[in-house]
Amino acid sequence: MKRVQFNSRFIPYLLLLPQFAIISIFFYWPSAQAIHSSFFIEDPFGFGSAFVGLDNYTDALTAPEYQKIARFTVAYSLIVTFLTLSLGLLLALKADAVIRGQSTYKTLLIVVYAIAPPVAGLIGMMFFDQHIGPFVHFVALFGWDMKVGINYFDTAFAMIAVAVWNQIPYNFIFFLSGLQGIPASIREAAAIDCKSGTRRFWTVILPLLTPTAFFLLVINMTYSLFDTFGVIDVIVKDKPANNPITLVYKVYLDGFRGNDLGSSSAQSVILMVIVLALTLIQFRFIERRVHYG
Amino acid sequence: MYRTKFFDHLILIAGVILMLGPLVVAFTTSTHTAAEIHSNGLMLSIGGHLEETYGKVLFRKGGFTGEVTGMTMAVNSLILGLGFAIGKIVLSMLAAYAIVYFRFRFATLAFWLIFTTLLLPLEVRIMPSYKVMSELGLLNSHVGLILPLLASATGTFFFRQFFKSVPDELLEAARIDGAGPVKFFIDVLVPLSRTMIAAVFIIMFVYGWNQYLWPMLMTTDESFYTLMRGIKQILQVWVGSQIPDYNEAFAMAVLAMLPPVVVVVIFQSWFIKGLTESDK
Repeated sequence: MKRVQFNSRFIPYLLLLPQFAIISIFFYWPSAQAIHSSFFIEDPFGFGSAFVGLDNYTDALTAPEYQKIARFTVAYSLIVTFLTLSLGLLLALKADAVIRGQSTYKTLLIVVYAIAPPVAGLIGMMFFDQHIGPFVHFVALFGWDMKVGINYFDTAFAMIAVAVWNQIPYNFIFFLSGLQGIPASIREAAAIDCKSGTRRFWTVILPLLTPTAFFLLVINMTYSLFDTFGVIDVIVKDKPANNPITLVYKVYLDGFRGNDLGSSSAQSVILMVIVLALTLIQFRFIERRVHYG
Repeated sequence: MYRTKFFDHLILIAGVILMLGPLVVAFTTSTHTAAEIHSNGLMLSIGGHLEETYGKVLFRKGGFTGEVTGMTMAVNSLILGLGFAIGKIVLSMLAAYAIVYFRFRFATLAFWLIFTTLLLPLEVRIMPSYKVMSELGLLNSHVGLILPLLASATGTFFFRQFFKSVPDELLEAARIDGAGPVKFFIDVLVPLSRTMIAAVFIIMFVYGWNQYLWPMLMTTDESFYTLMRGIKQILQVWVGSQIPDYNEAFAMAVLAMLPPVVVVVIFQSWFIKGLTESDK
C-alpha cells in the first residue's frame, strides 16, 4: 500500500459503488442462488420446490454417468495442461534462441490467441470431418478409422487437439517473456560453468521459469475446465450421446436442456469447490516451493 | 552451433505451420463452393467464389425471422466487445483507485469482496445468472449481454498492480500543489496509465468479442445474435442436410476471427506488455 493516501469520508465508497453494484447483482447474488437451489428440487414447470438437503449432491456424485464425466474431465484437463505447457515452452525456447526472424516468429505464433474457442472448434471439426477432413484421410493410411462424434476416443482426441492448439500462444507469450526476463549475467555465468545446453536448461533456466510455469499451470487448468466450453459445444452440438463431455458442459446440459435446476446447481457448487481448492493449493503448497528469482 | 540454429528454425517453422495452417486453409477453402469442398475436401488454392460467399454470409437475410444478416451479428459482436472493454476499464480504474489511494474503514473487506470474483468464472453460476437476468427483464438486450460479464475483477487487478508501481512522490507532489483526489486522478493517474489502458482494452475487447456461452443463452431474439452465436446457428442447420454449407461456415469463422486477430497483431507489443507485466 501507499505511504501517502487520501483521507476522504465518502469518495472511496463512491468510487467503489459501480463495481460493487455489478458484482453483487451478477456475482454474489447468483452464486448465493446456486448454493440455495442446490438444496432444493424444483418442479420443472416452476410450481414450487421442495427442500431435499444434500440429495442433489449425493445423487450427482454417485451417478455412474457423473463419475465417468468427472474422470474424463480430470484426464482431459491434465492432458491439455501438460501439452500446452510443454509445446508453449518448446516454441518459446526456440524463439528465444534464434536471432534472425525472432519478431516475425513471435507475431505469427501469437495470432491464434485471438481465435475464440468455438471458432477453433469449428475449424477443428472440418479437419476431423469424416468426409472432407484431411487429418482423417491421413490417419486412414495407418489404419485408424477416425469417427469424430461417434467414437468416444476419437472425439476426445479432436477436442484435446483443438483445445491445445487454441491455448499454445498464451503459454508461448508468457514463457517467452519469462525467458527474456532472465538476466544475461546469469546465462553467461551458467555457460561458463556448464557446457551442456540441456543440463543448463534443467538446472538453471527451468528453475528460474517456475513462477511463470506455475502461473500457467493454474491458468491452463481453469482454461480446460471452463473456457473450452465453446470447443466442446461445437463438436458435440447439444447431443452428447456417446461423446465425452466435461463437468461444465454437464452443468449446462442439465440446467438448460434438462431443466433440472437442483442438480445443475449442485454440480455448479461442486465445480466452485474444485476451483477454490485449486486456488488454495496454488497459494498454500506449490507456491512455497517455486523459485522466485 | 550452426546446426542447432538450423534445428531451432525448423521447429519454429513447424510450429508456425501448425498454428497458422488451419487458419489459412479455412480462408482458402471458404472461397470454393460447398459442392467442390464436398467432393475434393479442404483446399489450399483460392477459388473463384470469394465475393459471392462472403457477400452471402454478410448480407443475406436468414434465420427464422428472415431478418438477421451476418452484418447485424458483426455489429452486435462489436457492441459487445467495445461495451465490455470500456465498461471494464471504467469500473476497474475507479475501484482500483479507491483501493490503492484511499484510507477508509472497510478497505480490506472491499479488497477481498472484489478479488473473490476472480476465483469463480461465469460458467459455474450460469444458470442462476440467467434467472437473475430474466427477473430483471434484461434478456435480449445489449446491456444484459455486457453487464454480467463485467462481474469479475480481472481489470481491477491489472490496474491495482499498475497503480502500486506508480511512485509515491507523484502523489506527495500533487498534494503539495493542492490537488484533490479528483484532480490527481484525471490529471496525473489517467495520463500515466495510457499504455496500461490500451493493453487492458485490447485484452478485454478480444475477450468480449469471443464470448460464446453467455450470448448463446441470453439471446433468443435473433436481432441480438453475435457472430459466435451465428456459428452455432450454421452448425444447427447442418444436421440432416445433403451437402453442408462448408464454404459459408468457413467464411463465418474467418469473419468472426478477423477483428480480434487484426487487433492482437497490430497492437501486439502493448498487449503482450499488459498481459505479462500485470498478471504475476
